[in-house]
Amino acid sequence: MSAKQPFDAVVTTHGPTILRVCRAVLGPADADDAWADTFLSALEAYPRLPADANVEAWLVTIAHRKTIDLLRRAARQAVPVAELTATANTTDPGQLDLDLTRALAELPDKQRFCVVYHHLIGLPYDEVAEILGGTAAAARRAAADGIAKLRTMEGLTP
Amino acid sequence: MNAENRNHSIAGLLSPAPPTNTELDTLRDRLAQRAEEAGLLDIAYRTLDGPLGTLLLAATPTGILRVAYQREGLDEVLTQLAAKVSPRIIAAPRRLDAAARQLEEYFAHRRESFDLPLDLSLSTGFRRRVLEHLPAIGYGRTASYATVAAAVDNPKAVRAVGSACATNPLPLLIPCHRVVRADGAMGNYLGGLAAKRLLLDLEAAA
Repeated sequence: MSAKQPFDAVVTTHGPTILRVCRAVLGPADADDAWADTFLSALEAYPRLPADANVEAWLVTIAHRKTIDLLRRAARQAVPVAELTATANTTDPGQLDLDLTRALAELPDKQRFCVVYHHLIGLPYDEVAEILGGTAAAARRAAADGIAKLRTMEGLTP
Repeated sequence: MNAENRNHSIAGLLSPAPPTNTELDTLRDRLAQRAEEAGLLDIAYRTLDGPLGTLLLAATPTGILRVAYQREGLDEVLTQLAAKVSPRIIAAPRRLDAAARQLEEYFAHRRESFDLPLDLSLSTGFRRRVLEHLPAIGYGRTASYATVAAAVDNPKAVRAVGSACATNPLPLLIPCHRVVRADGAMGNYLGGLAAKRLLLDLEAAA
């Protein structure tokens, strides 16, 4: 018998982190859908997950795939970034979050993913690389470039 | 590293407010609903507060699978269900609405028997035969372990009847509390002797 937790405990433990990730990479407007899509896929696959798996990295991997799906759909519908951030304004998730959303939305996708996965939730670069493909060194560079760019944005430097 | 530290302090400055419990509860409700629609909700559960403390109610799509007392450890019971039945377990009260309502009616003396689909898959063989017989002991009555053993055509299996009752996965709904010792003593009960006494008194007072 495996010592696998009930899925509900996985949602309790990792739900908040995955929501932060979804908000940071997609903005608040699409984050709820991405979160629900992620946990529904995870629920389906959960019985096959090895008992010793890194559940957080597994969930971020699924969330990443859902994010890519949503971004592609959004690209096909050609919604300008300005409009996405305007939507973010109306949902008002707090001033700091707004700054973050707006700033992150201006980063290229790869930099944004690397900044969020490494700096926001603390995944090591080798795990970030596994999620994105490529090497840990490339993930580290993309994150550094992203941070450098964030630093140039008004109101975001300490 | 200096640069690394600065990076972290920027991340710290930008670290967004954590999602609120209300936001997460809303998301979890929607997840439970979508899981049910997708046929992925192998076990739905909820808790119910009443005169016996907090009860855990869990159900498969077939029916009610488990009623557990707090003293069994609600997290432990869910972990056991994850191992024995499926780890696809989500808090989803809707599937248990009818069970919760009928239990509340029972505690309020407004119900003497339960009309709910049951999933007896946690119980097999002789124990299951015993459990299937127990609803024949009517509300407010008791039967001895020996009587029950005789009723399931195995009069020598008095101890086995005792362990069938002690491991009843559906206490209250399957009335193992109505099985008592031949000398009039109550005998063991999964929910504790005080709970068994309370239930027998509750039914006697009706």
